Amino acid sequence: MLRRWLALKRAGVLGLNARNARYTLAFNPRRLLPQVDDKLTTKQLANAANIAVPRCYGVIEEEHEIAAVHQLLAEHQDFVVKPAQGSGGDGILVFTGQAKGSYRKIGGELVSHSALEHHLSNILSGMYSLGGQQDKAIIEYRVKFDPVFEAISYQGVPDVRIIVFLGVPVMAMVRLPTRQSDGKANLHQGAIGAGIDMATGRTLRAVWHNEVIEEHPDTGSPVNGVAIPAWDQLLDIAARCYELTGLGYQGVDMVLDRDLGPLMLELNARPGLNIQIANQAGLVPRLDAAEAAASGLPDVAARVRFAKDQFGVGLSLADLQGA
Amino acid sequence: MYQRKTEAHLYWLAGGLAALGFGLFLFKLLALQYPLAAQQQSALWDIEVKASFLADGGPAKLSLYIPKDTRRFQLVDENFVSVGYGLATSRPEPNRQVTWSVRRAKGQEVLFYRATVRAISSASEPEAGERPEVIEPELSELQRQAMETLVAAINAESADVATMVSLLIAKLNAPEPSQEVSLLLREERGGKARIRVAVKVMRFMGIPARLAQGVQLKTLSRKVPQVAWFQVYDGRLWRSFNPETGEAWVPDDYFTWWRGEHPIASLTGGSRLQIEIATTMHTESALSGAGARAVALAPGMSLISLAALPIDTQVVYRILLMVPLGIFVLVLLRNLVGIKTFGTFMPVLIALAFRETQLLWGVMLFCVIVSLGLAIRFYLEHLKLLLVPRLAAVVVIVVMLMTLITMVSQRMGLPQGLSIALFPMVIITMTIERMSIVWDERGAAEALSQAMGSLAVAAIAYLVMNEPHMEHLVFVFPELLLVLLAVILLLGRYSGYRLLELKRFKALVGGK
Repeated sequence: MLRRWLALKRAGVLGLNARNARYTLAFNPRRLLPQVDDKLTTKQLANAANIAVPRCYGVIEEEHEIAAVHQLLAEHQDFVVKPAQGSGGDGILVFTGQAKGSYRKIGGELVSHSALEHHLSNILSGMYSLGGQQDKAIIEYRVKFDPVFEAISYQGVPDVRIIVFLGVPVMAMVRLPTRQSDGKANLHQGAIGAGIDMATGRTLRAVWHNEVIEEHPDTGSPVNGVAIPAWDQLLDIAARCYELTGLGYQGVDMVLDRDLGPLMLELNARPGLNIQIANQAGLVPRLDAAEAAASGLPDVAARVRFAKDQFGVGLSLADLQGA
Repeated sequence: MYQRKTEAHLYWLAGGLAALGFGLFLFKLLALQYPLAAQQQSALWDIEVKASFLADGGPAKLSLYIPKDTRRFQLVDENFVSVGYGLATSRPEPNRQVTWSVRRAKGQEVLFYRATVRAISSASEPEAGERPEVIEPELSELQRQAMETLVAAINAESADVATMVSLLIAKLNAPEPSQEVSLLLREERGGKARIRVAVKVMRFMGIPARLAQGVQLKTLSRKVPQVAWFQVYDGRLWRSFNPETGEAWVPDDYFTWWRGEHPIASLTGGSRLQIEIATTMHTESALSGAGARAVALAPGMSLISLAALPIDTQVVYRILLMVPLGIFVLVLLRNLVGIKTFGTFMPVLIALAFRETQLLWGVMLFCVIVSLGLAIRFYLEHLKLLLVPRLAAVVVIVVMLMTLITMVSQRMGLPQGLSIALFPMVIITMTIERMSIVWDERGAAEALSQAMGSLAVAAIAYLVMNEPHMEHLVFVFPELLLVLLAVILLLGRYSGYRLLELKRFKALVGGK
């Protein structure tokens, strides 16, 4: 046990206690947290800073507004319903169409009008928010993911998570939904996490349930060596989020839309540690390097360049496919 | 830079608290000689009677039976707390009684009686006495006939007083009593009917007999129930008999308080009389010596001794002071081991409930009620209720389930089931709600693993909180909580791995 402890320490793996004590508590002042705890606020901030986000169709804030939701939705076939203060993907429903008095969820399951109303009411009463406080429901554009992901994700939308420390992108992964994760991009629930080479934007080895895998379990396509489109833009958005919120340590979640390109979904002030498993690498050395260099990096472009220079794994495509 | 500074600050604070705590502890231990371990065989008991009533506004008088020396227990000290009341003690044989009276009283009145008794010998019969006059009971013709039949039957089968009594009690307790027994029992009103009938039968036969009442002395009891048993005079001693079994024996810790059928207290000029009896084992006998030393050596010190508090408050604090230990265990298990639980402090509250139910029963009752509640919660999900009414419905259902379990276990003769009422029902409800959400969103495995984690933490917290040595230590040396606080503060900056993370990140180091 002690040996494993030391091995993790040597590999620079960040534990939950260390993340809280050294990074989130130290670099994320509490007064800044409301900006990211409420996704609606994050959206507004991003709009103001010209960072693209999925378009918001409407917000339900009060119980009596729920009845009018069907009118609002009449003109949309595709949409996503999410709690403004939800965490870990809880309470999010994705719809792809409507059919006589029902909405069709992404898996094909039909949801009646009253069932949707009940779900909205649950969101408002705080079922998915931290501490059970009153919440809002956001109805927004459903992302149509980039074709590059078609072969390596099952139903849901794959998303890219980049950890940004003091404005420097330090580690990234893409989360690929599987049949088991029910289309959700959550590693706990059985989604695949694939690390991304910061320099090239290609996926590294992928991890599914703590095991290294090479192929998507549902589609059979290789999951490593896939080039993430618009990688430089993704890095740029992630780095800009530091100025957006002022949070020193945050996780930036983005998606790639077929038509709209990279869209920022949400920011996370306490990003999880699984990204280390997906990358097969510890965060600590990169965080230390970023902390040491941060004061000498004047702007977003410099920080992105630093990240690409320092945190690339320097593997060629051939290396990866041979691995 | 700023981090260095906070960290230094923290170390100084924790160091200061720990030093203060340890310093006080050592001072009390070495200079004042407070006892480090609880004395197991302490023979002193503190008894406190709290009598409260609602005075009508005019004169009020409260009479209360009080203990006297017996062959088993010796009265060491007693005092009366009754501001504004006149006080008189009397000896209506074979009892002692105190009478408080006041010219004018209105509203809630509270009077206290406190006594310290020493157990002197446990084996002998509690009381000797001169042969009392036997008062023949008044009986109707029908009762007299029944009595004669019963006495004839008993006389025919018994050799001496002891067999006579056990036969009598067996007849009285028979599941299907004979005609004459049911007749006699029917005529008796109020509790203790069997003992009272037994007294009458013995007296009818010309043998002095009486009802003895008192309490069972237990450590840490705030509301001690009154118990009654049966005594028969054998020419020299009053022999006690167990009214359930007829055995010529009652437990050593039965404390004879008064004799006769009357209730412990009677009141005129008021209503809603309530009598609460609290007892505690006087483990502080060495402690009181230390307390006296403290008054002489360091007058401020007795301020932080809990032994000066009234007994029933002491009982509360004995439990309350264990809560920080439970919390500490929780911090260790969550932040050093990494066990996930429902709600931050829920396991500690469950552990408190385990104190009353005992561990095994507590765990079983908890599982039963949570799984039943969860099943109903899943059913409610179909009804699409709004959040707050749904939670309210679950609370109501939890309360009903608790009642049901109590009634069923009563039927099945499992007294442990009765203590389920001590579970904090709101906490249980929130557990059920959280569990069902996790179940829906993250799957059954995650929900069950978190539930198991909570239960494991509760069980471990219970074991620590119920450790008698710990309890004594914290009660006598509450300053040790400062040391605990210091450790908790330090844990607040602990940034090492959690034990379960070693497994979680196994893949990162090629896990062996």
